[in-house]
Amino acid sequence: MSTLWTHLVKDLRIEWRSREAINSMLFFALLVVVLFSLAFSPRGAFSREISGGVLCVATMFASVSALNQAWAREIRHQVLDAQRMAPTSGAQLFMAKVVANFLFVSIVQLLLAPVFLIFYNLHILGQGWLLLLVLPLGTWALVANGTFFAALSINSRNRELLLPLILFPIFTPALLAMVNATTGIFTGEFDPTIWIKLLAGYDIIYTTASILLFDTILHAE
Amino acid sequence: MRKILFGLFAVFNAALAVWCFHLANNAPAEMMQGDEYRIIFYHVPSASVAFLFFAISMAGSIGYLTLHRKNPTLALAWDGWAVSGAEVGIVFCTVVLVTGPLWGYRAWGIWWTWDPRLTTTLLLWLIYVSYLLLRRFASGAQMQTSSAVLGIFGGIAVPIVYISNRLPGQHPGPVFGGGEGSGMAPVILRPFLWNMFAWMCWGLMVLIVRHQLELRQQKAVAREAERALNA
Repeated sequence: MSTLWTHLVKDLRIEWRSREAINSMLFFALLVVVLFSLAFSPRGAFSREISGGVLCVATMFASVSALNQAWAREIRHQVLDAQRMAPTSGAQLFMAKVVANFLFVSIVQLLLAPVFLIFYNLHILGQGWLLLLVLPLGTWALVANGTFFAALSINSRNRELLLPLILFPIFTPALLAMVNATTGIFTGEFDPTIWIKLLAGYDIIYTTASILLFDTILHAE
Repeated sequence: MRKILFGLFAVFNAALAVWCFHLANNAPAEMMQGDEYRIIFYHVPSASVAFLFFAISMAGSIGYLTLHRKNPTLALAWDGWAVSGAEVGIVFCTVVLVTGPLWGYRAWGIWWTWDPRLTTTLLLWLIYVSYLLLRRFASGAQMQTSSAVLGIFGGIAVPIVYISNRLPGQHPGPVFGGGEGSGMAPVILRPFLWNMFAWMCWGLMVLIVRHQLELRQQKAVAREAERALNA
């Protein structure tokens, strides 16, 4: 547990000093939100129908830039080789990265929320507090899988291109659940509970699989 | 001996193709759809073959990961099944995705709808294409490990995708709920089952050829590496 904490504090400190990940994600997500707003000029009921999807897709695209950076940092100065030799399990390293990236993406979502409400003239008709459940669950699904696949593609050519190509297809079921749940909350037309359960199930299954397989990836030779 | 057996299997497949084409053409026209229903003789079997081969691919990935430290040679054979299953599965899946809309346009008046089965098939196709992309991009022995892991992740996605598409929500219900499975007249069922068998045999033949090819390629790569070491 203390190893996890050490890794986490290190990642948070690096981000606090550079603010690379959060700034780039924030600006990218803002661009996506503005571009969609320009393309559809959303108002009223139509706005409520599409905004769930736009929010999720904006988060998804933006987080890729941060996830690519997550392991690239470790490659410089052969840090990753040192991690491989360290007598600790890779699972702790992995979980620390996931928690750090989860915090970054959540901060971006919090900062983006007011802008989003203004641009999309959003008036939430369902139970708004459920968003506090849906967004973290969806973000976790994205970040856990994304961190794992970023580690998986680290040794390949064009790794920055490869990450979205292998992450998005696997993430689609979670995206579907996230979009449907947020749309249900915004419009208030249907009950989002079942989608939230699906999202939670997805999180549990894939996080477990990632933790179990991470050592295989880290030591792949 | 193996070559003779495989040759016999190929001849058997050719005979089966002729016989099943005859059966499919001479089955009586369906009551509601007329001749259009004949797509069932290759569309549905192709889907079954694709799903079966994706399962083989996942099994190959698991086999590779469990064996690659203990028995590298055997593990490579499993990796061969993983890549052959994914590749041939994608081909059959593409056949399903291309022929489906052709029929859908005639029967429903639209090319595509986000019906559970359509969505599931498309997502699976995307996942396995990404698997092949990873194999193309990554290199060396790491490639086999990484792609085996992705193969397992893809396999886990299959039931999740399937369940998520069954849930109610803003999407309309499936366009055809009961479908063919809800009943088939014996005069159509018999040629259908024959075609199912024939497509399975054909798929198996392609899969075996692809697997042999992969094994030879692995050997060639190993020889090349050895020559480079000795040079």
